[in-house]
Amino acid sequence: MTASVEPMPLPAQRGTALSRALERVRHWVLPAYAGLALAYLFLPIAIVIAFSFNDPKGRFNYTWSGFTFKNWAHPFAVPGIGSALRISLEIALISSVVATALGALMALGMMRHRFRGRGLINTLVFIPMTTPEIVMGSSLLTLFFQKWPLIGYWHLGFGTILVAHITFNISYVVVTVRARLAGFDNHVEEAAHDLGADGWTTFWKVTLPLIAPGVLAAGLLAFALSVDDFVITYFNSGETTTFPLFVWGAARVATPPQINVIGTMIFVVAVGIALTNVIAQGRRARRIAAA
Amino acid sequence: MGPGLAVLLLFFVVPMYYLAHQSLETGSLEVGYTFKWAWHNYSDAISSNHQQLLRSLSYAAISTGIAVVVSYPLAYWIAFRGGRWKNLFLLLVIAPFFVTYLIRTLAWETILADGGPVVGVLRWLHVLGGDGRLLATSAAVIAGITYNFMPFMVLPLYASLEQIDVRLLDAAHDLYASRRLSFLRVTLPLSLPGLFAGTLLTFIPAAGDFINAQLLGTPKQYMIGNVIQSKFLELTDYPQAAALSFVLMAAILLVVLVYARILGTERLTG
Repeated sequence: MTASVEPMPLPAQRGTALSRALERVRHWVLPAYAGLALAYLFLPIAIVIAFSFNDPKGRFNYTWSGFTFKNWAHPFAVPGIGSALRISLEIALISSVVATALGALMALGMMRHRFRGRGLINTLVFIPMTTPEIVMGSSLLTLFFQKWPLIGYWHLGFGTILVAHITFNISYVVVTVRARLAGFDNHVEEAAHDLGADGWTTFWKVTLPLIAPGVLAAGLLAFALSVDDFVITYFNSGETTTFPLFVWGAARVATPPQINVIGTMIFVVAVGIALTNVIAQGRRARRIAAA
Repeated sequence: MGPGLAVLLLFFVVPMYYLAHQSLETGSLEVGYTFKWAWHNYSDAISSNHQQLLRSLSYAAISTGIAVVVSYPLAYWIAFRGGRWKNLFLLLVIAPFFVTYLIRTLAWETILADGGPVVGVLRWLHVLGGDGRLLATSAAVIAGITYNFMPFMVLPLYASLEQIDVRLLDAAHDLYASRRLSFLRVTLPLSLPGLFAGTLLTFIPAAGDFINAQLLGTPKQYMIGNVIQSKFLELTDYPQAAALSFVLMAAILLVVLVYARILGTERLTG
């Protein structure tokens, strides 16, 4: 802690009742503003959750017309909604695992070796994140229109969605893992090597445990991005329907409240995982502070 | 490192090449497309869609501006007053975005609906012009865009505010800087990198969006994304759609460069 010199009181800071009252107001302006901003962020979510208990009269679930548990008792009663969710989860699982493996290795490689063209690769990782999704989605579609050497024409569907999700996830994984690698000490690996561990053992026993929190965070981020993606999927899905695509189709003809039920489920699971992570981090920080 | 790089080259760089190739072709789905260096695709695309293009850029700019006004005090409060609950507050900021994008946008349809409370209050205040609706107006589309990309503004702002050394603010105080002055001369300049990053991360997806215009607006509010989407997936006018994609990217790049110039790159880097 640094001892800062107490400044001499300025004439204007004399504590009249009025200035103290003003000071108190000023003290509460920022928290009040922040509270309002948080309320704004949560308002639509409150609506989504509330309307999962709605009993709509017509085809659309936009106006409140009575409370029911029916939608929660039968979340998959709407044709196609269950399979859409399953496809979304399958794609999210496979694409996040593949993208995390590829991206983490890329992040490690970029950290370890200083080579020519490193700046170019940095740019290549960065650009997909700043490309509008619609451009990325449409460019992939033009790629899938081409006749390929061995496989011929691509069949738009599960495979093309998967390829698209792996591609956009890699950049996010690289950036996330690299942020955690900032404090990585190369000497630990050298020590393992000196103690006779081969490259593979060093990776599994030393490197991976050290970077594991970053890799896990990247994997979860990739999973979340994949489950939520609409635009890129929309361009490359063919006849296959993921959960966001199902919602898009429903928005035109009928929005069953089951959409809100599943949206709420995804929200609760995601917040649960994130909360666990925050609590674990807090515990670790306190342990380190106590030690 | 190889496999990841290969994926990015094959499924990001190569598609961009094909998209560029496509943008210079002529023809239709029936007769097939042939490559002809058809630069007129670009001038045609701009002249017949300049309205949507300008609308995209202005909606995105307004949304980004509102996002700064909402996010900066929030990020500031979490960074400086959050204490040991910082991470929890940050989670609260991100949590709403764990609800599927499209469902979130549909919730705005409920909030802004004709019989809803927001419209009621605005009518009572006599600020709603025309037919007294909020849905199907530019305001609704801008509200949706602003909301949907908010975390991209809050997170970078928080990251740069959180890194500020509090001792610098103590020093400003010791040197008799008023709170206003120490904010303007110390905190704000040090948070500019976060502001810049947040602006890019909000402006770029906002300018390319088509979901909010489609769900909360009407064809009168359609943005360039709506045009690209329908040309690609409904009208199969691939060359024009491809040309428009590049026009969008060029427009975004131009805006970003001007913005970086105004904000001052030397202030950002040093």
